Amino acid sequence: MSERTRSRILIVDDDAALSEMLQIVLGQEGFETVHCASGSNALAVLRESRPDLVLLDLMLPGRDGVSVCRDIRAESDVPIVMLTAKSDTADVVAGLEAGADDYIAKPFKSKELIARIRTRLRRVSAEPGADELTIGDLSISVAAHTVKRGREQLQLTPLEFDLLLALAKRPATVFSREALLDEVWGYRNAADTRLVNVHVQRLRSKVEKDPEHPEIIVTVRGIGYRAGEAAQAS
Amino acid sequence: MKQRRRPERSQLSLGSLWGSSLPLRVLFLTLGASFVVLVLAGLLLLNQATAGIVESKKQASIAEAIGIHSFMQQQLRLPETRNVAINEQLIQLAALAGAESGRYQVLIQGPSSVYQSSEILAESVPAELRAAVESGTGMFVTPTEVVFVDDDQAPVPGWAVGTVLVDSGGERYPIFYIFQMTSEVATIRALQGAVVSTGLALLGALAAIAYMVTVTVVRPVRKASQTALRLASGNLDERMLVRGTDDIASLAESMNEMADDLQQRIRELETLSAVQRRFVSDVSHELRTPLTTIKMATDVIHESRGAFPPQTARAAELMFSEIERFDVMLQDLLEISRFDAGAAVLSLEDVDLAALVRSEVQAHTALAEQQGTELRFTARGDATAMMDSRRIRRILRNLLVNAIEHGEGRPVHVTVAGDEDSVAVTVRDHGVGFPAAQAAQVFERFWRADPSRTRVVGGSGLGLAISLEDARLHDGWLSAWGRPGKGAQFRLTLPKDTDTALTSSPLPIIPTDVTARRTDT
Repeated sequence: MSERTRSRILIVDDDAALSEMLQIVLGQEGFETVHCASGSNALAVLRESRPDLVLLDLMLPGRDGVSVCRDIRAESDVPIVMLTAKSDTADVVAGLEAGADDYIAKPFKSKELIARIRTRLRRVSAEPGADELTIGDLSISVAAHTVKRGREQLQLTPLEFDLLLALAKRPATVFSREALLDEVWGYRNAADTRLVNVHVQRLRSKVEKDPEHPEIIVTVRGIGYRAGEAAQAS
Repeated sequence: MKQRRRPERSQLSLGSLWGSSLPLRVLFLTLGASFVVLVLAGLLLLNQATAGIVESKKQASIAEAIGIHSFMQQQLRLPETRNVAINEQLIQLAALAGAESGRYQVLIQGPSSVYQSSEILAESVPAELRAAVESGTGMFVTPTEVVFVDDDQAPVPGWAVGTVLVDSGGERYPIFYIFQMTSEVATIRALQGAVVSTGLALLGALAAIAYMVTVTVVRPVRKASQTALRLASGNLDERMLVRGTDDIASLAESMNEMADDLQQRIRELETLSAVQRRFVSDVSHELRTPLTTIKMATDVIHESRGAFPPQTARAAELMFSEIERFDVMLQDLLEISRFDAGAAVLSLEDVDLAALVRSEVQAHTALAEQQGTELRFTARGDATAMMDSRRIRRILRNLLVNAIEHGEGRPVHVTVAGDEDSVAVTVRDHGVGFPAAQAAQVFERFWRADPSRTRVVGGSGLGLAISLEDARLHDGWLSAWGRPGKGAQFRLTLPKDTDTALTSSPLPIIPTDVTARRTDT
């Protein structure tokens, strides 16, 4: 994908000590880091450094993290992991809705952070031989990372692709939110199911013909989600 | 309050209307009082008027009787009548009077028979008057009832004037003049009618005036009461219109002042609460960021502790574990202050409690095994309910860790059940338990059953307090049961739909193993 062998991570955080500590820890783990101390020039640094992942603090001087997140998502599919001091508030949902893939609440452990980052950098691999999958009236090409409705190609972020792929791989299975958290986000222990809810909504808005009456990602009340019935091949 | 009101409303009667409407009460009281006054005044007026009319008729009757009598007496003594029999003369006189029947009637007691005007009966002259005339001299007057020959004509009150005719021979013949009061009676009737109709009109007018006055007074009072109600229901901008400087205006002014005060207080409180929330949020951010740095630095140091001399390595370990503890405490404290600030919000979704509990039980198996405790899980019924799974998980973590910590290595039973309206989970341990009186205290902040006991798992001392707040946020129940030596049971009950209030739980708070044993013996 890139000529770089080490993944590059953009850290957008105003706290000098934390930024430095993050750079030390990520450096130890073999990542290349770029730091940006304010929200206002995060976009410029992003364009210049083209990172593989963004660590974004939700509370930033200048511009708040949520709008920075929205701007990044508007021009790039780069995975975004939010750093937040407040996990209980609407800020998290706002950040997820603005396009963040995952969040990690302060104070976190280094290992936890590394695990989050690695999950987002790793791509879901399909079982060999199953390169072409269908879900509803969509066809998924695993190798090419593309989703098509007929001839039209849909623009999905890597996370949205992974989520759709997870459902499509086992169309007969009803996934609980916890199972999806494990499968897509790599959470071994149950975590915040708002992640699943928000991303299913975002994904639906991209792949469903009518997001109010979803046919591709169907809600199973009280349990979770499953893939919609495969449409007649067209 | 509600219960008190219900029976009143069911027997909505005139009595409750009477009690509830001031204008109605004033109206009825005014009507009653003025009716009595008007009746008394009317009676007095009529009595006086009647007495005056009757008296003047009496005087007129006497004057007229004197005139007629002297004429009659003259006729009787005329020289040319001297040879006419007395009977003839008396008949003539009676006929003479008959011609004037519109003004008076006459009745003459002849020597052998009574001669009278044709229209009236002899009973028209009262017996006392007859006796008085026969025994005395002069003129006598007495009220009487004039009775007519014609049966259809009703008797009429009148005056009877009695005296004697003396003929030339010196013979005495009693004569009675009867004056009817027909026109006077009519006048009195008309007067009565006028008094009654005037009275009724006055009564109506008084009622209308009383009603208008009360309404004028009551309307502002009602308005004040409505305004107060609206104020109480949170409409703080509600004010009364102040008009003039009277009592009503001062009521309105006081109301408005009170509303101003209230509004200001509430605004102050709101600001205070907003400031508090801001503070919690700021503290949260400000403390957590450096703590994150410390934690990560500790991780780095802790990782490489193998390269340190033993004492430094141990110090690194202590630092690592204590920062962990500090982290838990900080999170719990922030959580509690968030509840206190009213800043905690639910994010509800349909969740199968059984699945959630199962995964939480699995997550704690490792910890339980360390303590030599077995976790047993059972579920029955549909346990799907609206809940904030993050908070419910936190409650379960607290209950499970608590049960493992205090379970003395004996099995911990976790049971999930659901019924029509609610779902419940119980966590039962067979450890040391606690006295029944402490069932509420266990939820208190920083409460410890036995301060001398060393903590195995650790914790902030806020776990159950936070769990209780989380349960309350769901409109659910978190209850505890405990007996020394018999262990403890905690039960969480949640409504399936947060709109419906809980009335019962699918699981009993007293453990079934305890109740079963009780019924056996």
